Amino acid sequence: MAQQPIRKPTRLEPWQDPAQVPYVRIERVTKRFGDFLAVDDVSLDIHRGEFFALLGGSGSGKSTLLRMLAGFEPLTEGRIFIDGADMAGIPPYERPVNMMFQSYALFPHMSVEQNVAFGLKQDRLPRGEIRDRVAEMLELVQLAPFAKRRPHQLSGGQKQRVALARSLAKRPKLLLLDEPLGALDKRLREQTQFELVNLQEKLGVTFIVVTHDQEEAMTMASRIAVMNHGAVTQVGTPTEVYEYPNSRFVAEFIGSVNLFEGRVVEDEPDHALIRSADAGCDLYVSHAAPAPVGSTVHVAVRPEKIALSKEPPAEADGRNTARGVVREIAYLGDVSIYLVELASGKTVRVTATNLARRADLPVSWDDEVTLTWRPFAGVVLTR
Amino acid sequence: MRPLLSPLSWALWFGYAFLYVPIALLILYSFNESRLVTVWGGFSTKWYGELLHNAPLLDSAWLSVQIAGLSATLAVVLGTLAGLALARFGRFRGRTLFGGLISAPLVMPEVIIGLSLLLLFVAMEQWIGWPDGRGMTTITIAHTTFTTAYVAVIVQSRLAGMDGSLEEAAMDLGARPAKVFFVITLPLIAPAIVAGWLLAFTLSLDDVVVASFVSGPGSTTLPMTILSSVRFGVSPQINALATIIVLVVAAGIFVASLLLARRERQRRRDEQMALQGG
Amino acid sequence: MSPARRLARSGRALVTGVPYLWLVLFFLVPFLIVLRISFSEAVMAQPPYTPLLDWVQGEEGEGLKLLLTLNLGSYLRLFQDDLYVVAYLSSLRMAAVSTVLCLAVGYPMAYAIARARPARRGALMMLVILPFWTSFLIRVYAWIGILKANGTLANLLASVGLVDPSFELLYSDVAVYIGITYSYLPFMILPLYASLEKLDPTLLEAAADLGARPWEAFLRVTLPLSLPGIIAGSLLVFIPAVGEFVIPELLGGPDTLMIGRVLWNEFFSNRDWPVASAVAIALLLFLVVPIMVFQYVQGRQQEAGR
Repeated sequence: MAQQPIRKPTRLEPWQDPAQVPYVRIERVTKRFGDFLAVDDVSLDIHRGEFFALLGGSGSGKSTLLRMLAGFEPLTEGRIFIDGADMAGIPPYERPVNMMFQSYALFPHMSVEQNVAFGLKQDRLPRGEIRDRVAEMLELVQLAPFAKRRPHQLSGGQKQRVALARSLAKRPKLLLLDEPLGALDKRLREQTQFELVNLQEKLGVTFIVVTHDQEEAMTMASRIAVMNHGAVTQVGTPTEVYEYPNSRFVAEFIGSVNLFEGRVVEDEPDHALIRSADAGCDLYVSHAAPAPVGSTVHVAVRPEKIALSKEPPAEADGRNTARGVVREIAYLGDVSIYLVELASGKTVRVTATNLARRADLPVSWDDEVTLTWRPFAGVVLTR
Repeated sequence: MRPLLSPLSWALWFGYAFLYVPIALLILYSFNESRLVTVWGGFSTKWYGELLHNAPLLDSAWLSVQIAGLSATLAVVLGTLAGLALARFGRFRGRTLFGGLISAPLVMPEVIIGLSLLLLFVAMEQWIGWPDGRGMTTITIAHTTFTTAYVAVIVQSRLAGMDGSLEEAAMDLGARPAKVFFVITLPLIAPAIVAGWLLAFTLSLDDVVVASFVSGPGSTTLPMTILSSVRFGVSPQINALATIIVLVVAAGIFVASLLLARRERQRRRDEQMALQGG
Repeated sequence: MSPARRLARSGRALVTGVPYLWLVLFFLVPFLIVLRISFSEAVMAQPPYTPLLDWVQGEEGEGLKLLLTLNLGSYLRLFQDDLYVVAYLSSLRMAAVSTVLCLAVGYPMAYAIARARPARRGALMMLVILPFWTSFLIRVYAWIGILKANGTLANLLASVGLVDPSFELLYSDVAVYIGITYSYLPFMILPLYASLEKLDPTLLEAAADLGARPWEAFLRVTLPLSLPGIIAGSLLVFIPAVGEFVIPELLGGPDTLMIGRVLWNEFFSNRDWPVASAVAIALLLFLVVPIMVFQYVQGRQQEAGR
């Protein structure tokens, strides 16, 4: 799974501290284009210094939300506050935010230097100060030698850094980034992810980034809002969103997951038991079910949390223990993916780290195997 | 690369011959000594000399150039505004009618444009006393009206091909809409505006039907002079005039394409440099 | 609304309003006037037509009354006098034949250019457009010298013994076909080329791979995909050709009836403004359907371009 950057431990994250006033407050915002509901009653609080990701597929409304923050789209309903001020009716050129565009939107008829200076000129800063600030920005993104070039004389990665420098030149308190790494190739993207995080920490600017790439969101963001069909499905840290998805959509959108349908038969404060025909066994989870006994729920289990062995189960009716036949094996080098067909016909995905060399893999096609997982592995989902 | 299929290249060269042989003959016979345009009577440039002393024709040419320059400039202003509205303002009230008004003159028969404008000018003169009679003003208005449509279409398609986030980026960096237009949009659509001006100029210089309707006594444009002369058959002076027009246009286009080709080469070099990481 | 936003909005209103007003005043209103005059009667006056609305003295005690007179006489004449019906039909025929000729000459050219090496396409297209920048009138004039008796064509054909030097194509419908095809060819080629150039060559490779012979691939892949170009090009030729005046005037014979010419004569020679207006309105009605189709195709192209 994605690398989780090691964030410095803090006493209390700002979103956990009730005394903190959010820097950006999105209050019940709705956006319609004709009949199409692009953003559906979204409320979010984003705090100073956060690296906040809006994650969703295309058409999920994430970009529209970003454009409403920048002031390019008027809201149909709801309000947006930035630093306590209501943004209604404030045009983009008067907002204390800057945006980095997906296409970079570098002015083709201006040099790198002129592009970076553009926003400063709008503020009528003295010439000397503009020169210093531009130099500083170009230094920051390591493009000083390219100051006189035109955008079409730059590579994709260089363009991306000019766009970043231009949007940071006015020292905004809030930077909006629309798919900032979308146009870069994979290798460059991974390297730039860390650069962006470092830059953000160094400058202390609040970042809101729109992305469709879950790995990118997990790597960079302090918190992620997962969006679907215009609505925010879940907000949380990358760990929360991955380990405790609140819905089948989030569980499936971020990483891969096995979902077992079942009925709650036991619900206690510290555990719950779900009877599942899908899995062919009782599923024991170490948290209370968010639904009463008797209701139908899904239990999500991540593939890497399932152990696979050729040994038959110790007990006949073991909880969190399923039997099946290996149908497919995909060898990815560091891990292998096994697709195991259970008696119910359900296919379960298991990933196992390849501790041994391939030739010594203990499991092969058509082997009968036992799948087991620990009580903390499962998450009960009601929607 | 795929070679041209031979029947296809035949068709292509036949087409070019169809387009160019009449023009070539026109030029050839402008140097003909004989008054009979199609019988070769030896080389001569005397028709060019006569052309230079044809005062009515030169007067009408000067009038045409003035009208063309004026109406092209007006059309560029109106057409750029219209193209901007169509490409950038999304759906506004009356947009459908506006779009129709822009594209209808492109296909409207000239006789209808000419007739309807004349009737308008007559009615206006009756109601408000302006325009007082018909002449250069009315022809300029008429030409501006139908060439605006061409400029608007050119500007609109250029704007549609341009990344709209460039303007948004400028606004995001603090530029007001008017400033965005002059600093970002205008420089980027400048080639379309130049092309639109040249097209409007040419169309105005070329128009005989609309001008015939809305002109008055004493305001005869060059095409009107040519038409009345051509009605009586061929005249070597017209051949000489045609040759001058063709040469001017060809020279203009030659220079323009040289400049374009140079820019294109420069661009390709730059992109190469960017790919190599500069 | 903040002052800034209000300013932005009034800026927009200005950008839209100025050209809008111009086009309404000088393009839309004139049509309404033409429509109005087509319902008047010709009189010897300046302007030479009767008003539609008039204040008339009513019955005693009623005072002035507004009288609306819709005179359908001009329209009746369009149907009663053969001249007009024949002229309309002949205009449609001439425009249709010329459009087909343009397509026949233009499609192979556009196809050949679209299949040429990319570096050469620009120059080849430039050669197509170049004549358009020279005077239209003079290009039509060029054909007089070619088509007239003892002209270039007659001399050429006579030299191989095909015809007598007095052979003349000028002043005939054929001359008008040639003239329209010649003048409007670039308008046909431009949209055709635009749609053919966009065509992904791998589509033809895929068709061939699936067993289509070249002509089958052309009929079932290229032709349908270039249909928008065919429609746009045909309408760009057909619509103005129906109302063409200069070409039939210079190249056509005395019996070459085209409606643009009829309108011109009605207006300039007979000075019958109401009938000229009715002719224009009827011509417009003929063209409404093709113009709507053109606008629709144009609109769809733009949507697709985005």
